[in-house]
Amino acid sequence: MEESVILRVSGPVVKVRGASSFKMHETVMVGSKKLIGEVIGLDNDIATVQVYEVTTGLTAGEPVAPTGKPLSVWLGPGIIGNIFDGIERPLKAVEKKTGAFIPRGVSTEFDEEGRKWKVEIFVKPGDKVCQGMVVAQTRETPLIMHKIMVPPGIEGIVSEVMPEGEYTVYDTIIRISAGPNRTFEMKMLQEWPVRKARPSLERLAVNEPLITGQRIIDTFFPIGKGGTAAIPGSFGTGKTMTQHQLAKWSDADIIVYIGCGERGNEMTEVLEDFPKLMDPKSGRPLMERTVLIANTSNMPVAAREASIYTGITLAEYYRDMGYNIAIMADSTSRWAEALREISGRLEEMPAEEGFPAYLSSRLSEFYERAGRFKTLGNSIGSITVIGAVSPQGGDFSEPVTQNTKRFIRCFWALDRQLAYARHYPAIHWLLSYSEYMEALSGWYEDKVNPLFMKHRSELLKILQEESKLLEIVKLVGSDILPDEQKLTLETGRTIRLGFLQQAAFHPVDTYVSLEKQFYMMDIILFLHKEAYELIRKGIPASHVKETGYFEDIIKAKYTVSNEELHIFQEMKARFREGLEKLK
Amino acid sequence: MSIEYLGIKNINGPLLVVQGVKGASFEELVEIAVEGEGTRLGRVMDISDDTAVIQVFEGTSDISLKNSRVRFLGHPLEIPLSEEILGRVFDGLGRPIDGLGKVYPDVKRDINGDPINPVSRKYPRDYIETGISAIDGLTTLIRGQKLPLFSGSGLPHNELAAQIVRQAKLPRHEDTKFAIVFAAMGVKYDVAEYFRQSFIQGGVLQRVVMFMNLANDPPVERIVTPRCALTAAEYLAFELGMHILVILTDMTAYCEALREISSSKGEIPSRKGFPGYMYSDLASIYERAGMIEGREGSITQIPILTVPNDDITHPIPDLTGYITEGQIVLDRDLNQRGVYPPIIILPSLSRLMKDSIGEGFTREDHAPCATQLFSAYARVHDVRALASVIGEDELSKTDKLYMEFGKAFEKEFISQGANEDRTIEYTLNLGWKLLGILPREELDRVDNAILDKYYKERGHTSAE
Ligand SMILES: Nc1ncnc2c1ncn2[C@@H]1O[C@H](COP(=O)(O)OP(=O)(O)OP(=O)(O)O)[C@@H](O)[C@H]1O
Ligand SMILES: [Mg+2]
Repeated sequence: MEESVILRVSGPVVKVRGASSFKMHETVMVGSKKLIGEVIGLDNDIATVQVYEVTTGLTAGEPVAPTGKPLSVWLGPGIIGNIFDGIERPLKAVEKKTGAFIPRGVSTEFDEEGRKWKVEIFVKPGDKVCQGMVVAQTRETPLIMHKIMVPPGIEGIVSEVMPEGEYTVYDTIIRISAGPNRTFEMKMLQEWPVRKARPSLERLAVNEPLITGQRIIDTFFPIGKGGTAAIPGSFGTGKTMTQHQLAKWSDADIIVYIGCGERGNEMTEVLEDFPKLMDPKSGRPLMERTVLIANTSNMPVAAREASIYTGITLAEYYRDMGYNIAIMADSTSRWAEALREISGRLEEMPAEEGFPAYLSSRLSEFYERAGRFKTLGNSIGSITVIGAVSPQGGDFSEPVTQNTKRFIRCFWALDRQLAYARHYPAIHWLLSYSEYMEALSGWYEDKVNPLFMKHRSELLKILQEESKLLEIVKLVGSDILPDEQKLTLETGRTIRLGFLQQAAFHPVDTYVSLEKQFYMMDIILFLHKEAYELIRKGIPASHVKETGYFEDIIKAKYTVSNEELHIFQEMKARFREGLEKLK
Repeated sequence: MSIEYLGIKNINGPLLVVQGVKGASFEELVEIAVEGEGTRLGRVMDISDDTAVIQVFEGTSDISLKNSRVRFLGHPLEIPLSEEILGRVFDGLGRPIDGLGKVYPDVKRDINGDPINPVSRKYPRDYIETGISAIDGLTTLIRGQKLPLFSGSGLPHNELAAQIVRQAKLPRHEDTKFAIVFAAMGVKYDVAEYFRQSFIQGGVLQRVVMFMNLANDPPVERIVTPRCALTAAEYLAFELGMHILVILTDMTAYCEALREISSSKGEIPSRKGFPGYMYSDLASIYERAGMIEGREGSITQIPILTVPNDDITHPIPDLTGYITEGQIVLDRDLNQRGVYPPIIILPSLSRLMKDSIGEGFTREDHAPCATQLFSAYARVHDVRALASVIGEDELSKTDKLYMEFGKAFEKEFISQGANEDRTIEYTLNLGWKLLGILPREELDRVDNAILDKYYKERGHTSAE
């Protein structure tokens, strides 16, 4: 056999000679430290390999060994509540081996400790099974029942079933005779290549919102379960905060949080907070439904590129069990930059701003893996993808933002000026959009209130008018405006402060039920309409303002909890009475 | 392994190409003996078969294809470390230049370090009182944070950094375990000297480690300087349990050196000629700040950068801001109006502040007071714009109050003496006093309980 050896090292890219038997996208072990790499190019007997670890110390002539497998992740119980790096090495196990710093060439098993899971098996010898079928289950966390499925591509007759009991992920639990002389040893642990979407039966329409408890999202720019959204914004405008809020409060069953080229402390924050925070639905710690992928900015760049795929593959695996998954990818720009960095090392012809020409197709492949699906096992599951975008210079016309826009349907645009004024979340109501409005409006009208969508558009209309008036005010001041317009300014301000601004750190305001969102809109519009009538009758806008009712509404987000919505009725009555006196 | 080679094949900018090399490894340290001169250091940037590309830190001038010999040292650049480094001065490559001789090492460390496992980090929560209102009140510095100063040429960032160093007080009086690591990259001699003098004045010189790459030192060396400094900082913090404040100045010079090397290698540039990997490169510096679970020490970084053309969207501040945990921005206009420190608060931010202020840390009203000051000051900017169109006299009554608030805020809250050391109570009380200029209903960011307790509307006397 020919010897495969390192020919050239340039940053994360290594050229290998004697590689004519290597396959595209195959995983290889590079050098004597067996660094993990992936074949990304083949030319005669020279392979180009991207290495998922720092290449310092590699020498020309060191051996490179093929593994015969594409870059894959392990799938099985033990994922939820865990934290992995970009190629699914469990970081807690890495810490145990090497301490607080991650050196090169650490190899770990999926489950070093060999934890035992209590398995319930549903099939018996003689049963016919096929791919995707749930044949057993184990309780992975108090929140998540882990369904053990026949891997894609396998079908046959069950020949042997292990007795009920506790097994590690490496133990065989079922034997399936999958053809003449072929027995498939089914374990809880399966493998799947990350760059390939897991199969499903059919793609379904998005028809239900992902409820986030964040007013500007749920009411103004909702996202459906199975939908896609981008959060673009320059540094410090609140991408990560928004994603943390969604990871905490959205009503997905499972959260996959990918820290892709971002800060170490942000992952630590999640690790410290989530075990203490309670899921509003179940009252259980949020960590029991969360998995973290951390490939921070100082970790190897090729593994950053892989982290996005690792994350979405884990999500697809749980989708196949019939769960609704939400993925937070922070930040997709760092992933795009990893592509650019590697492409640069390969001396490929760059397209815009040094990004490779395939940026757009990679983005589209990634977002395509979101959606609502009928799974192989005949259940329904969804993957919602929410990607942060970090535009260079905060300029939304740069290539990553522009290309992303083509493949997502919700755009939550963060605005620097709003962030400067500490208007949080700094999602700009006039620059953002959701293309799910139409698909979801029926749901809101059925499940929350028939007037929901009507209220929403009235609020949006007032905000649009307010924005036009503010342009005029910039030139002439507000004193000379007619009273009706003064009222629009006052109501606009109330919507901005009382409804759009939402305090992530306030115990009452951090998560708001859809009902409360509705009643907040309702009371704003009530006061606006009543005041409008009075002003039409000649009562000065300033008198209405002096009642202090606008301030009362602004503070209602803190004072009225999700459980005390009757207070809004009392407020209405009080306002009605007080306004009557102005006449 | 250390083998000497003669065969320099090609010299291009700071890069040497050597042929006929066996066994050179990526990033390995190289010694270049130049005839009649002594040795220079370099590192392997690219290996290909039997060819190695070497980056010479001190530059390649006077090297010819014939007069130099190259020796591969078999390991990446390392620096010797022990407690003795405190009080010492090193060059940009970590060699002593204070005439006090070699450091007897307890350990030797690769300057590139390894990434901290996110699982092993401890989230920073202890605030550092700097005695500067704009910082303590509005952009609180946290121990273990990386918080850069975005400045411009001619602005007093050095004075501000020196004031922070002089006044920084650690919680729980852990002052004895405090030390400073100072890295100069491409700054002028007098800037470095200014810091040295201020360390002497502060009586801390014995607790400072300095790494100096000055403006007339080779630019390529600059790439190494912050890494030497942070390697020293990691040793002091995580092995000796000390609290380290790292000052890195000027990161702009660092990035320019990175650009220079990249272009001499013929790499495809991304924005403004800077290499596509600059984000990752800067992250490998800034992410070395932090704390580790179960270890005593901490690394707090204050990188200083001069923002080219005062343009915050320039790649250097932009990529920095995307990595650091906030930024303190200095403003030319405030500086011209005599405000010291000229901190423009709206674009300034401390991200770690949210978890480390308030009851039990500073005071319960800290967050609402700060948010209200930000929001009121944002409004001041709108009102000033309006006043410049319609004239100040035509402003509404409330807008006039905002004008007054804006002036007072800049004059009393932001401005303070270069030696003035304020307590956090003083800062917060001052904030409330200034908010008292505005009528209560304007304070829409604060809930009523806090307003009842802290807000006092000023008697409308000074309306003149
Ligand atoms: N919804 C919010 N509520 C309160 N504070 C917020 C909110 N959003 C953002 N902030 C403030 O803004 C700071 C920066 O937010 P965040 O870290 O999310 O920015 P980012 O857009 O992710 O920036 P980067 O691109 O640099 O990572 C936070 O530390 C917090 O102080
Ligand atoms: Mg972020």
